[in-house]
Amino acid sequence: MSTVELDQVRKIYPNGYEAVHGIDLDIAEGELMVLVGPSGCGKTTVLRMIAGLESITGGQLRFGDKVVNDLSPKDRDIAMVFQNYALYPHMTVAGNIGFALRLRNLPKDEIDRKVKEAGKILGLTEWLDRKPAQLSGGQRQRVAMGRAIVRNPSVFLMDEPLSNLDAKLRVQMRAQVSQIQRTVGVATVYVTHDQTEAMTMGDRVAVMRAGRLQQCGPPQHLYDHPDNLFVAAFIGSPAMNLFEATLTEGCRSVRLGSQEVALGDELRVTHPALAAYGGKKVVVGVRPESLPAVHDGSPATADTRLVGDVTLVEALGSELQVHFNIDAKRVYAEEAMDEDEIAAGGGVARVAPHTAAVAGERLTFAVDTAALHFFDADSGAAIWN
Amino acid sequence: MRSPVRKGWHRYINGITVATTLTVLFVTLPILFMLVSSFKGTAGIGSAAIYPKDPSLINYNTAFSQYTFARYILNSVIVSVTSTALVLALATPAGYALGRLPMRGKMPLLVALLMISVFPAIAVIAPMFLLMRQIGWTNSYQALVVPYTAFNLPFSIWIIRNYMMGIPKEMEETARIDGASPIRTLVSIILPPARPGLFTAGIFTFTACWTEFLMSLSFNSDNNFRTIPVGIALFGGQYQIPYGTIFAASCVAAIPIAILVFIFRRSVVSGLTAGAVKG
Ligand SMILES: Nc1ncnc2c1ncn2[C@@H]1O[C@H](COP(=O)(O)OP(=O)(O)O)[C@@H](O)[C@H]1O
Ligand SMILES: [Mg+2]
Repeated sequence: MSTVELDQVRKIYPNGYEAVHGIDLDIAEGELMVLVGPSGCGKTTVLRMIAGLESITGGQLRFGDKVVNDLSPKDRDIAMVFQNYALYPHMTVAGNIGFALRLRNLPKDEIDRKVKEAGKILGLTEWLDRKPAQLSGGQRQRVAMGRAIVRNPSVFLMDEPLSNLDAKLRVQMRAQVSQIQRTVGVATVYVTHDQTEAMTMGDRVAVMRAGRLQQCGPPQHLYDHPDNLFVAAFIGSPAMNLFEATLTEGCRSVRLGSQEVALGDELRVTHPALAAYGGKKVVVGVRPESLPAVHDGSPATADTRLVGDVTLVEALGSELQVHFNIDAKRVYAEEAMDEDEIAAGGGVARVAPHTAAVAGERLTFAVDTAALHFFDADSGAAIWN
Repeated sequence: MRSPVRKGWHRYINGITVATTLTVLFVTLPILFMLVSSFKGTAGIGSAAIYPKDPSLINYNTAFSQYTFARYILNSVIVSVTSTALVLALATPAGYALGRLPMRGKMPLLVALLMISVFPAIAVIAPMFLLMRQIGWTNSYQALVVPYTAFNLPFSIWIIRNYMMGIPKEMEETARIDGASPIRTLVSIILPPARPGLFTAGIFTFTACWTEFLMSLSFNSDNNFRTIPVGIALFGGQYQIPYGTIFAASCVAAIPIAILVFIFRRSVVSGLTAGAVKG
C-alpha cells in the first residue's frame, strides 16, 4: 500500500509535443481517484508515467516518500488494466491471471490458490480453463482485473477499462469495479472520458483538459462548485446551461438577452466578489434542475422568472427534459460537451412530469437564483467570493 | 432477388462450383499425371493412359538402387532444414525489432529488404561462384546453406514483422510491469501468438530451399553434395531420359512439402491473412 503524489509532473514527447503541462495530484492510500477529461487531454499519458511506461520529462513522482521517477515499471509494484485488456491469447484464464506469480517463481500450489481466489472474487471460477477468445467482453474485462489484483500491488492503474463494453454491462461493471477496489483497498488511478463514470465511481475526481489539471475534488463538490466554465460544462448530464449575461449595477439583477432576473440579497452575501462585476459582462450558468417550470404553487415573485421558447420536450417518465431558446447567447466550453448537445443549441430544463410544455409554445421557468453560477467572461474562472 | 431453391444434387451445380472444379483440375493435372505415370512400367510411360496398365513400383526401385537418390534426399534435408532454422532464428528477432521497437531508419531498411528479396538470383550466380571457389566452399553444405539463408531472410523478416506488428503493445507492457525480462517477454508473450507467422515464413523458406536448382547446380558439382532437384535433373545418360524414374523421384520429393503444408495448413492460412489484415 502506498500513496501516489504527482508534483509538477510534465511530459514532452520526443516529437516536441507537450502532452502534460505540469500536474499536481495526490492519491491517498486506498483512494479511488478518477482522472477524467475529453479524448486527447493527456490522461493516458499521466497514467503511463505513473506506471513507468513513459519517461517523466519534469517534476517528481512519489510513491509514499520515495521518488520513483526513474524506477522501472517492474520495481514500482503497480498493476495496470489496459483499455484493450491485452490478455495473452494463448494462455487460459488461469494462465493469464497467474502469469505474474509464475514470474516470481512462487510455488505452484500457492499460485493455484491465489488464482482460484481471484477467480472467485471476480466470478470467473467456471471459466478458468477457457482461452480469452471463448469469453464475452465482460468476462475478458474481469480477467484483466484478475490479472491485476492477484499481484496484490501497492498501486492500481486502470485506463478506460470499461469503454469496450456495451452500455448496460458498463453500468454493472462500474459498481463491480469500485467494489473490488474497496475490497482490495489500494490507491487507484482510474482513467475515463465518461463523466458519469467519474461521478459514480470516484472518491475524488480530477478533471483534465489539454494537458492541464482543471479541478480536483469529490464528485459532488465538482458538481456544486465548478472552478471554471470547462468543469461546469463537463460535469453533469444534461450539461449546465451557460449564457452570456450582464450584471446590472449593484448586482441586483442579471440581464439574459431581453429578460432580467432579480438576484436575491443572500447571493450578494455568498458571492461578495460579484460586486466587482456590477455593470459588466459575465457568463451565467444554471443547472437544468434549477429551472423548474412555474406552476400554481410557485413563489409569487415574478421577477425571478425566465420565459423560453420550447423547441423539444423529452418525456422520461420521472421528469420532462425541456429544450428551450432564449435570446441570450449560449456559451460553449470547448471540448466539454459532445456534438449532439452543441448541435441541439438552446438550454435544457428538467421539469416535473405533467407540466404543460409543448414544442413551439412558451414556458415560464422559476429560476432558482441561489443555485446560479457566475463566471468571468474572459477567463472563464468561477466568481465565488 | 433470390434464385429458387433447388433440390437434390442439382443444387451443387452452379457457376462457382464449376469454376472451382475447373481451376483445381487445371492446377492438379500435371501433378496427377506425374503421380500416375510414376507407377507405369517402362513400356507404358509414353502413353497418355490415365490408369497404368499394370501398376508397379519399379520406377521407385530404380531411383533408389541405380541412382544415389537417398543421398540427394539426405543432402536436401540437411541443407533445407539448416537454412530454415537459421532463417527463423535470425528473422524472428529482426522482425520483432522492425515491427515493435522504436528505431531510427526503419523504413529505408524495410524497403531495402524488400528490394533484396525480389532480386533475381541468377544475376549473382557468377560472382558468387567465383567467391565460393576462392574461399574453398564449393562442394560443401555451407555453399548452399549460407546463400539460402541470405536469400530467404528478407522475405521472412517481412512476414514475421507484419505478424508481430499486429500484436498489441499493451501485451508486452503488461508483461513488463509484471516483471518479465525482455527475453521472457519475447518467448512467452510475443512468440506464441506470432507462431503462425513463423510457420508461414518457415514453410516458404523450406520450400524455396527444397526446390532451389541454380545455386545447387553451380556450387556443388560433386555427386555427394547434390540436392534433389539437381540430382533428378541429371538422372539418366546422354541418350535416354528415364521419365519413369524421374516421376517417381519427383513424387518422393514432393512428400515433405505436402506433409508440412498439411500439418500447418490452419496456421499458414491465418498467418497469411493476419499479417495482411492486422499489419
Ligand atoms: N507517443 C506519442 N508521441 C507524441 N504524441 C503523443 C504520443 N502519445 C500521445 N500523444 C499525444 O498526446 C496527447 C495526449 O494523449 P493521451 O494521453 O493518449 O490522451 P487521452 O488518454 O486523454 O485521450 C494527444 O494529443 C496525443 O496525440
Ligand atoms: Mg487514453
